[in-house]
This record gives sequence, structure tokens and C-alpha cells, in this order.
Amino acid sequence: MAQEDFDVPMDTQEQEQDVDLEKIKLLPNASDDGTSASFQVIDEDHTLGNALRYIIMKNPEVEFCGYSIPHPSENKLNIRIQTYGNITAVEALHQGLDNLSELCVTIEGNFREQLEKVGTNI
Amino acid sequence: MASSSKLPQSAYNPRRHVGVHAEWISDVSSTDYPGHYPHEDHSWDLEKFKQNLQVKVQRLSQRSIEFDLVGVDASIANAFRRILIAEVPTVAIEHVYVWNNTSVIQDEVLAHRIGLVPLNVDPSMVEWRKNAPGFEGQPNDRNTLVFRLPISCERIGGNKKNATGTQQLKNEYVKSGDLVWQPQGEQVSVFESCPPGPTNKDIVLAKLRPGQEIDMELHAIKGVGKDHAKWSPVATASYRLHPLIILNPEKPVPPHLAQKFAKCFSPGVVTVDEDGEVSIDEKNMRQDSVSREVLRHKEFEGCVQLKRIRDWFIFNVESEGPYAPERLFLESILVMRQKIATIKDAAEGLMRGEDEPVPEAAADGDVEMTET
Repeated sequence: MAQEDFDVPMDTQEQEQDVDLEKIKLLPNASDDGTSASFQVIDEDHTLGNALRYIIMKNPEVEFCGYSIPHPSENKLNIRIQTYGNITAVEALHQGLDNLSELCVTIEGNFREQLEKVGTNI
Repeated sequence: MASSSKLPQSAYNPRRHVGVHAEWISDVSSTDYPGHYPHEDHSWDLEKFKQNLQVKVQRLSQRSIEFDLVGVDASIANAFRRILIAEVPTVAIEHVYVWNNTSVIQDEVLAHRIGLVPLNVDPSMVEWRKNAPGFEGQPNDRNTLVFRLPISCERIGGNKKNATGTQQLKNEYVKSGDLVWQPQGEQVSVFESCPPGPTNKDIVLAKLRPGQEIDMELHAIKGVGKDHAKWSPVATASYRLHPLIILNPEKPVPPHLAQKFAKCFSPGVVTVDEDGEVSIDEKNMRQDSVSREVLRHKEFEGCVQLKRIRDWFIFNVESEGPYAPERLFLESILVMRQKIATIKDAAEGLMRGEDEPVPEAAADGDVEMTET
């Protein structure tokens, strides 16, 4: 039936919006107070790893942040965060993601402004 | 001081400079982190970032764009460059069904060549095959474009030879323009304004002799460059750091050596006036190759410093495929933002999950590995 045919893609769109909880996990041996922890992100590489490392290092509450790709043939990215103790590593990660997001928005806005000046509309 | 003051004064801030020496480079890493300089705040500040950020389109053509991205860290610029190459989606032929191929080019070689043909399909009009309903990867009219390649070579006008002794052949060359799009389902109306096909119709895919024929069915799907380079939307996406040449006022270049000095740099970078005095054209400085030729000559020792500006990225992006060059960078930002959003959502689970498993582990002293 046409009705059904139409319904199917709608379901997939909802699926897309589902949160993929497997995407990131906390690695064992995090400190009890949560101020130092390592995370593992699936299917990400230097593209996000280095950018996220940079922005988390910009956080004055963070003592250390580093990332590594433990093995070249596994699509895994490890991020280590240690804070000075005022915030937890998870909080530092969230702040980093928010900051990185606003950075992207700023660059996008600036680039669009430039294109308008050049006289190109997208 | 300089002939045409094109560079902002802040470009001469030594903290922004990477040194280029005869045999080594110096001050490569960025230092704008909290705690690096005593009593200076380098923590993330959006307002400060907005003030420092500069984007300027330098050149825009049909197929390529050059723009400056000033005031960002290398990790950010590099992320966009990598996304442009490997993660901005396009549509390319992935599945090839060979009904007949009597040409000399093998099926798999021909299939590979066909896969590399850039298509003019806007990727936003096509869904991901992996998101298809039911059985994963099921093709449907929203995620797959079908092309046919039915072609055979024959003599024009029988066996007659022309004046030069060669025969006129039809379909001697199989070209990308010979791909025939076969609309499926709702595609007739969806792609009405822009029927799918190759961006360049003159790519030779195979050569035929009379009597040889090729008949194939080709399925194009959406993908990304990290899976296969055929899905990469760019021919090149690269950046370089803005060059900086600083003359030493304490040790001017001797007038009789001025021409030799000028020849050590890319044309137009060094100007020599009638008195033989040397100056740097700041507008042309960005074109310098920073070849370090000047550092090879003893007589110019101490006359000049070669540098690059660490946070001034000159991007050069060439589009190959459906995206207009100016749209590519925006697409890469979009991909980046999607990545961040995905991880942000997943990390919310980390926040919630944080308090729950910990008391469990504390209760019996063992950490249970129930959750994967």
C-alpha cells in the first residue's frame, strides 16, 4: 500500500535521531572523584581528536588533555582528561564540545558574511 | 615604511611566527594555552575569538576557491581540511552488474574506472544506503541511482575505407557521456530539474573495435571519501601558512647585490628601487614559496628573516563533482557540527550513567562488566 510505503522512511528518520550510546564510553580506571578519566570514541580519528584536544586544553580547569589512536586498524579514538579538581572530566568534555560547536558556528557565520561581500549567495 | 602596507600590524607579533631557517624550523607549536605564559589568560573566550577571526575569500572561480582563515589553531584548520577530503558526502557508482563485455578491458578494471566518474548529483537529494528500512543496505529509489551503459562498436558505411585508408567507426570510444540514467520510482520528478549524469561527458572509459560491445547496469550510492577516494568531493583541499619576510634594518642589502637578493624570492616579492634599495611588497609576500634560497648565500647572512604566520591559513580548495567550490567549506563545517552533536548526545548518557554504576561497584568491591 502507498500508505505503508510512505511510512517506512519516516521510521528511519526517527532512527537517525536516536542517540548512539555506543559512540562514546568511559574507559576503566577513572579516578573515584571523576576528575581524571579516559574516554573512547568509536569511528572518529585525528579530525575530531586533535580539535577536541585543543579546545579542552583551552579550559583553565583542565590540567591535562591528550588523545591517541591506539591502533591504526581500529576506528577508535582515546581521549584522556585530567582536571585540577573543580570540575569532573565528563564536565570538561561537555564544555569542550560546546566550545568547539560555538567555534564552528562563528567560522560559518564569518564565511557566509564573506561570501555575501563577494556577491555569492548560497 | 613598507611599500604597500597590506598586512595588519598584528602579523608582526613574534608569538605568531614560525621560524624558517636554513636547516631547521623553530616555534612550530602554538602556545595559546592557559598557564603557558605567566599572568596571561589564554582560556577559551568566544568574544576574543570572534574579534581575532578573519575569513577572506581571495579568489573564486567555477571550480576552485582560495580563502584565508586567520586566527584559528592548526588543529581546527586541519579538521576542516581532513573533512573536505574524507567526510563530505558525494554520490558515486558503487555496484556494477556486467551483462556483457567483449572489449579488451577487463570487467573489474572497467568497473573501477566507471566508479571514479564524478556525478552531478546533489548528495542532499540522496539518502544513505545504510539507513534503508528493513534489510540493511536495501536499495530503493531514495538511495540508489541506476545507470545503464549499453554500447557496441560498428563500422559506419560497411567495410569502405576513406581516403586515408582508415575506417569510420561508431562508438570507438566509450565515454562517460554514454551513461544512460534510468529513473526509478519518484526520481523522475525529484531529479526533473537536474537529471543525474557525469559532470564531464568526455572521460574515456574504454575503447572498442567493431563487433565488441559493453552492456552494464550501474548503481550509484552516497558515500564518503574515507571509504573510497571516488566519493571525495575535492580534487585538492590544502592549506599553507602565510609567508613572512622581515628585512633587518641594521644590515641592509648592499645595492650592488640587490638584484641577486630579489632573485632569491618568488617574482614580485622583493622590489628594488633606482638607488638599489631593497623592500618587500607585502601584497605579493603571500605568493612567496619560502624557498630558503636567500639563506644559502653568505653575503645575505643576517639581512633577512624568513617566517610563516602560525595561525594564518591560506586554503586552496578545488571542487570536483556536484558542489560549488564556495559551498564545500560550509559543508565541511556542517559535517564537523554533526560530529560534535552526535558525541554530545552520546556523552549525555555518560553524565547520567556516571552516578549509577559507581555505587554498585562500591557496594561489593567488584566492578561488574555487565554494561558493554
